Amino acid sequence: MKRTGVFICHCGINIAGTVDVKKVAQELSKHPGVVHAEDYVYMCSDPGQNLILQAIKEKNLDNVVVACCSPNLHETTFRNASKAGGLNMFRCEIANIREQCSWVHKDKDKATQKATRITKSAVEKVQGNESLEPVSVPVTRKALVVGGGIAGIQASLDLANSGFEVILVEKNPSIGGHMIQLSETFPTLDCSQCILSPKMVEVSKHPRVKLMTYSEVQDISGYVGNFKVKILKKPTYVDPDKCNLCDECTKVCPIVVPNEFEFGLNGRRAIYIPFPQAIPASYTLDIKACPGLLPIACGKCADVCEAKAIDYDMKPQIIEEEVGAIIVATGYDLYDKENMAEYGYGKFLDVLDGLQFERLCSASGPTRGQILRPSDHKEPKEVVFIQCSGSRDPENHCAYCSKICCMYTAKHAMLYKHHVHDGQAYIFYIDIRSGGKGYEEFVQRAVEEDGVLYLRGKVSKVFEDKGKLKVWGVDTLTGKDIEIAADMVVLAQAMRPAQGAQELARKLKLAMDKDGFLAEAHPKLRPVESVTSGMFLAGAAQAPKDIPEAVAQASGAAAKAVTILSQERLFHAPTVARVISNLCTGCGMCVQVCPYEAIALKDGKAEVNEVLCEGCGTCSATCLRAAIQVKNLTLHQVHEMINACLGG
Amino acid sequence: MAEEFEPKIVAFLCKWCSSAGSDMAGVSRMEYPPNVVPIQVMCSGSVSPLYIFSAFNKGADGVLVSGCHPGDCHYIKGNYYARRRIHLVKKLLEFIGLEPQRFQMSWVSAAEATKYTQVIKEFVKELKPLGPQTKLRRNP
Repeated sequence: MKRTGVFICHCGINIAGTVDVKKVAQELSKHPGVVHAEDYVYMCSDPGQNLILQAIKEKNLDNVVVACCSPNLHETTFRNASKAGGLNMFRCEIANIREQCSWVHKDKDKATQKATRITKSAVEKVQGNESLEPVSVPVTRKALVVGGGIAGIQASLDLANSGFEVILVEKNPSIGGHMIQLSETFPTLDCSQCILSPKMVEVSKHPRVKLMTYSEVQDISGYVGNFKVKILKKPTYVDPDKCNLCDECTKVCPIVVPNEFEFGLNGRRAIYIPFPQAIPASYTLDIKACPGLLPIACGKCADVCEAKAIDYDMKPQIIEEEVGAIIVATGYDLYDKENMAEYGYGKFLDVLDGLQFERLCSASGPTRGQILRPSDHKEPKEVVFIQCSGSRDPENHCAYCSKICCMYTAKHAMLYKHHVHDGQAYIFYIDIRSGGKGYEEFVQRAVEEDGVLYLRGKVSKVFEDKGKLKVWGVDTLTGKDIEIAADMVVLAQAMRPAQGAQELARKLKLAMDKDGFLAEAHPKLRPVESVTSGMFLAGAAQAPKDIPEAVAQASGAAAKAVTILSQERLFHAPTVARVISNLCTGCGMCVQVCPYEAIALKDGKAEVNEVLCEGCGTCSATCLRAAIQVKNLTLHQVHEMINACLGG
Repeated sequence: MAEEFEPKIVAFLCKWCSSAGSDMAGVSRMEYPPNVVPIQVMCSGSVSPLYIFSAFNKGADGVLVSGCHPGDCHYIKGNYYARRRIHLVKKLLEFIGLEPQRFQMSWVSAAEATKYTQVIKEFVKELKPLGPQTKLRRNP
């Protein structure tokens, strides 16, 4: 029988406070195969790890079991310690007696008994373990970045500048994301387009970046280091290489539809360029709006195009790429304003959201930077800004704080005053959250220099009255009801994950949190990694964040991707399925259930591709003859573990 | 007064959701009855009917299988197979006369610490009036 050593950690009093560790050690020392059992105050400390090394040497151990915290925390520590002692890493198992025992029970006797059983079960498992070496696989040294906003651009640039090929996929006709729509940025009032467009140009001209706009990720397969991606390239019906931006096509196009770049504040033609600095600099024919691609239906744009750039025969293309790492930076959209009936959005033209107000302030916007009411193009003299519109409202809307609204509302009020000197800005707020470098000072500046009036309270109703927008609210600091006859109302709408991001997350098998934002692998320690290895998160797709945070996370995600791309080969857990050939009848049931298509029939027997196999064990539960088993968690091992769990 | 019957329960928890959820219950110091001894498996889809029969055979009073929510499986679709398989096993166990309460399946995500403790509490509560399981036990 294999010689097993058991080490029981006190974890200070975290375990020893509820579990009688001495008794566990005593019980274990009687267990068959256990030749050494001891307890120690902190097994993860250096002296603790040395105990393992020493015991391996002195007692000639074959296996090690450490009864301590969750294997998610110190499994690697103790496996490495066992390796340092000359054992194979898979000869070490962890018994979780803290998270799953001492921390959740109070009765010391019962907790001790449970801890003993958990530890015995781990002993039974390790006795059946075999020594394994990691499976090595080559790495495709290329990355995919999904989303061409500031986060995606930054991640692409960092990866490309580190020497790796990057494919940047953007669903819209141009990169730039929401940042290119902003007028100025807080707290410096830098012009957003002026600071973003150099990066857009850089990424589009970078020799290692392949830019794919108007494209969407359609399907993904493979695993870390070796993903296969299918990208749908939608037809723009305009050849960007031929197009010389003469703008003749839009002059003849008879169709006008709401301009999505301007959030419907003006219209665009069916053939359009989203904005002057768009990259790629080319027109797109919106097939949903166009009366038809047949010259008989219209064909005016192709008639006037001297460059012959318009091609009605362009077809959607599926492009297949292989990449080693993926960064998802799908960004955000604003929470549906249709849900804010109490604020009259949709009913009153002069109730806008934050992004629409950005466009009104923007020099390239529909009003060329003049702040005018959409309803009558008059200058608003009194503007009410409503913060937390949809945020921090678990009963009706989103429970979370959208983080950036306090700051951008202060900026909006300030910009408004810079445009309309004799105007008055009011801000309804719940709290002011201005954590960030120079942020608090910025809010103070809005109050002191621009005379913005902050009112602490919520707005109950916005309605039209004699050509004005009546805002009913309350000032909770004075306890008085407030009524303002405003000319314009701006809602600081909550941020939510971008449209289509959830669908993409499902394709990529990424986890989402309760609000639909992409879930990080660990909220504190792995904030840029997703739960799927080889996929990383950047920007507002993960949680509401401002530009510097999105940029920082993008660079972090790029650095994480480099840790994969810079490897020659990656190592894959060797606890994969194995076929016991003489039991296999070649029925093929395992082939059908395998989620990774890792099993195939060869000469009438199942065969496992160890690189594709993730070791989930679905095949083993399906096989009627127990002819396919996952290494180090075989049917025999589980039977023995069950026995130990039941005190047998 | 005779000592209250304490059911012995084996729980097969998938590594990615339910075992992580159980860890989270520990981190949050949520108390629940110590009757359950967990076995971590990679996926609820890897829980063979043999595991379940084996547990009852070796004297378990209850068996729990817990995995990621349908649609959220770490291994894409393992828990769908688990759901269908467990359903059949449950029918079979009922057919041979085992109380249906003795075998349960739950969906507990890595964040659902409260749900995990709730599942355990209710399972133990339901098993207590049933007394020891003798139907499938090797040496009753």
